[in-house]
Amino acid sequence: MPHDHQDHDHDHSGMSPSGHPYREDQDRTRSYWQTMEIAARELMIEKGVITADEVAAQIDAMDARSPARGAAIVARAWLDPEFRKLLLVDAPAASTELGIDIGPLNLIAVENTDKVHNVVVCTLCSCYPRDLLGLPPDWYKSRAYRTRAVREPRRVLAEFGVEVPQDVTVRVHDSTADMRYIVIPARPGGTDGMDEAALATLVTRDSMIGVGQARQPG
Amino acid sequence: MTVANSPAGKRWHDMGGDLDHPLAGTIPKADHDFAIWEKRVDALVVLAGKKGVFTVDGLRRVLEDMGEDAFETMTYYERWVAALNQNMLEQGIYSVAELGARMEQVQARGTTYGEANDAHA
Amino acid sequence: MPTPDPLAPGARVRVRTMMPPGHVRTPAYLRGHVGRVERVLGPFGNPEQKAYGHTGDRLPLYRVRFAMADIWPTSEAPSDTLDAEIYAHWLEPL
Repeated sequence: MPHDHQDHDHDHSGMSPSGHPYREDQDRTRSYWQTMEIAARELMIEKGVITADEVAAQIDAMDARSPARGAAIVARAWLDPEFRKLLLVDAPAASTELGIDIGPLNLIAVENTDKVHNVVVCTLCSCYPRDLLGLPPDWYKSRAYRTRAVREPRRVLAEFGVEVPQDVTVRVHDSTADMRYIVIPARPGGTDGMDEAALATLVTRDSMIGVGQARQPG
Repeated sequence: MTVANSPAGKRWHDMGGDLDHPLAGTIPKADHDFAIWEKRVDALVVLAGKKGVFTVDGLRRVLEDMGEDAFETMTYYERWVAALNQNMLEQGIYSVAELGARMEQVQARGTTYGEANDAHA
Repeated sequence: MPTPDPLAPGARVRVRTMMPPGHVRTPAYLRGHVGRVERVLGPFGNPEQKAYGHTGDRLPLYRVRFAMADIWPTSEAPSDTLDAEIYAHWLEPL
């Protein structure tokens, strides 16, 4: 029987990459579903489907994915017109050019302008560009968001603090199948002369889902 | 199921536009960092997909068949581990008897997740 | 099942109205509504087969754009749009 605690060694001393403690799941009374997770994982390892090292590596890889990846792509698109063009027609190729491997993710980039505001939802489940933005926030998976975003997107956006003028078209993208979406938010004013790294700090997760705007500098 | 004017055959998870649903109100903004056991469930799902023993469509199919009650009463990764397990059983990766025996062993190791995860001999 | 010929971008299509009980990726709120092909994607394996452990037939996938006014009886702004990905067998060319 494998006796490998490799994945336990990757607990990061109980702290998440964002510096928060994990929920106290290690010390609380174990739930039925946690029991199932341990049992399923051990059986999958013993049957040779996966290894404990692969589980640990996968968790580390997921922890390394954060909205910073998407922000790097957006900042490059703001600065480099050729890159922006490539991103809009072939987002996987553009990501690869930046050294960001998005794996089998079929990515489409959509751009906010003074005429169009894009917003992304998955009404059927919780499809999300996790390779670029990390795991989806809880609200993205909520019934309220999934239900309302396709029917009253402007009210939803207002709830997130984004007022879209009537002469701007709202384009809602329902991720129903194999594609994932990233919104390129509009570049804020007063950012002339800022370099790529500084621009990337203005690009929030929510702005790349379409429920926010890029931050103003300063 | 709960929405009176939805067309016959429309399934609970197919939520787009159902403004009449009692839970389709203000969007809850609270978020949480994922617990290690949740990350493990996520990793198992991704890896099982990569190994070709399972597809995300199979995961979704079971999540949908679990019904609306599960959506409202179980957490996201509780539903995911249930759906992953169902697919592993269907694919013959392990048997119901093996699962039952292993869950019993895990339970006997200790009362917390940490003890049960670490204590197997 | 032979692979249908791909539709061209701009083609008008109606989403089929059938409501089968199994796993499908066509949202109910779009069924019966008319939109235009925004771009052609794929082919991708049919999730309706993959969900049950079978190999999925490779099908064209379309991004179809709908006007909000054509989906909902009342809409916040009629010219706002909804884009969704829909597999070929769910679309009826008009």
